[in-house]
Amino acid sequence: MSGHSYDAEKYWKANLRLIFGSLIVWALVSYGFGILLRPMLAGIPIGGTDLGFWFAQQGSILTFIALIFHYAWRMNKIDEQFGVSEE
Amino acid sequence: MSQFGINIMFVGGSFLIYILIAIWAKAGSTKDFYVAGGGVHPITNGMAIGADWMSAASFISMAGIIAASGYASSAYLMGWTGGYVLLAMLLAPYLRKFGKFTVPEFIGDRFYSKNARLVAVICLIVASLTYVIGQMAGAGVAFSRFLEVDSTTGLMIAAVVIFIYSVLGGMKGITYTQVAQYCVLIIAYTIPAVFISLQLTGNPIPALGLFSTHIDSGMPILDKLNQIISDVGFNEYTADVDSHLNMVLFTLTLMIGTAGLPHVIIRFFTVPKVADARWSAGWALVFIALLYLTAPAVASMARLNLMTTIYPDGTAAEPIEYDARPQWVKEWEVTGLIQFEDKNEDGRIQLYNDAPSFQAEADARGWEGNELDVNRDILVLANPEIANLPGWVIGLIAAGGLAAALSTAAGLLLAISSAISHDLIKGSINPGITDKGELLAARISMAVAIVVATYLGANPPGFAAQVVALAFGIAAASLFPTLMMGIFSKRINNTGAIAGMLCGLAFTLTYIFVYKGWFFIPGTANLADTPANWVLGISPLSIGAIGAIVNFAVAFAVSNATEEPPVEIQELVESVRYPRGAGQAQDH
Repeated sequence: MSGHSYDAEKYWKANLRLIFGSLIVWALVSYGFGILLRPMLAGIPIGGTDLGFWFAQQGSILTFIALIFHYAWRMNKIDEQFGVSEE
Repeated sequence: MSQFGINIMFVGGSFLIYILIAIWAKAGSTKDFYVAGGGVHPITNGMAIGADWMSAASFISMAGIIAASGYASSAYLMGWTGGYVLLAMLLAPYLRKFGKFTVPEFIGDRFYSKNARLVAVICLIVASLTYVIGQMAGAGVAFSRFLEVDSTTGLMIAAVVIFIYSVLGGMKGITYTQVAQYCVLIIAYTIPAVFISLQLTGNPIPALGLFSTHIDSGMPILDKLNQIISDVGFNEYTADVDSHLNMVLFTLTLMIGTAGLPHVIIRFFTVPKVADARWSAGWALVFIALLYLTAPAVASMARLNLMTTIYPDGTAAEPIEYDARPQWVKEWEVTGLIQFEDKNEDGRIQLYNDAPSFQAEADARGWEGNELDVNRDILVLANPEIANLPGWVIGLIAAGGLAAALSTAAGLLLAISSAISHDLIKGSINPGITDKGELLAARISMAVAIVVATYLGANPPGFAAQVVALAFGIAAASLFPTLMMGIFSKRINNTGAIAGMLCGLAFTLTYIFVYKGWFFIPGTANLADTPANWVLGISPLSIGAIGAIVNFAVAFAVSNATEEPPVEIQELVESVRYPRGAGQAQDH
């Protein structure tokens, strides 16, 4: 239960880990695939252009949506697991 | 029925709905007025955030900007959506747990300082006011274009409508009108886009059409576009940018600026639970993405349509004769937003890039300068006419553009008025004010804010055009880092937070002013605003991200050199981190 500060600390660490992982993906699809790594992805054609262009104009947005729902879903589990969810 | 009558019907009908909602959702307490009673469903809130967020700029201007610069404008698409990931994970759930009404209130409590709260109030007002002037001006223009009144009259009508539902209903009225406005704006944006995508690619989903084959040429649509515009001297649509660093920083500035804008953050205070704050960020992005995934398709297809209209027989042949121009060009010429000047007097419309690199070819073809000037804001508005859609679609676009402007304006005005009535009046001037008194103060602040915004919308000051630099720069460099440190660090104290905010702000504003003029007064810029002058190629629009780093670094250094925050503040930080509440947990 959340009565122990030890658990509270573990809960916060679990949250930070999840955020950290999510933000790596967040940065990878936008700053990575969409901008900096675009020249590397130039060889992968998609509908008249390259994969980097797709990530910059659509792929990153779709990934952001998936990231937020994944985070909300995982955090609900973690809230329950540590007994800190609201009634 | 005439086009004018159809427009009146659509716009008038949508306004009637907004006003009926306002009467139904009257605010009875400050909790209703500031956070809509706190009981908004996450999907409803997601939709309201969508309308709150998508402004006249998103609806009218964004596709035009993308059409003009292609891949380089992806920064807007990623920047204005990626901020929601930061909101969902770094700010919204914890600020919802904190459970108060305004953004400066959190900063004031967490950093146990009225001065910190005051700095936050000033940042909020400058950022939001800059933003709202653009919305009011946009609403005025939309009125004058579609309803044939002059733009000041249009602005007054818009102000009266906002006045009715926001003064009466506060956040509660705004929430449910924003839901209606979202529906209007997304339908208006999508319908013409679907038809254009069908005409050009046969694919009814514009986002997929963007990567499909162009029916007329048999080539992928982006290939065709690249070919036709590079033939007349423009950069390829999908071409890479000159400075990756600048594009990264610009995208980052837009992302953290989005996450730090108070009118977006306060929408997360309206849901019942912490978990709902996370879900509503996801739903918000779904509703925003419906427009943001369509916009790049609209952009490329509208540009291609324009080029093939001017060069019906290909770029190797001569362009269209002026007398043979289509009806929609004639109609927009009347507004002055499309301008033609027959420089070489051959009776044809030469549209090409007037750049030194294309000079030789232009000379060889007897072209004496680009002859067609198309304002990029008209792309979305002219879409139904370009695609030959019926008159009711044009009426719908008019209602949609106004919905986008009004919904964002109302959200911004609420952020401003709650900062005045709650943070200044209750927080500093008269802490003993009753709930009823504060509600009245909130309504008066709202009314005053509307009058000021309307006046400035009609007489825009120099800074009004600098929304992206000023509003996003301030939100990115001052509000976002301070809020984030307030949640994720127990060590940052009052002195550190204030020093960080002020340094981030001073750094960002100075960099902007050097290139854009001090306080945006014309003629006071120290350096010309060109890439050659920018430090490391970083544009003034991209500097907010560096300002945020300055804020983090200064706050961290100053806090570590001074006393750590008192125990009760560290407990406050603990409590916002746990949905159920650390206080409860410590009772055992």
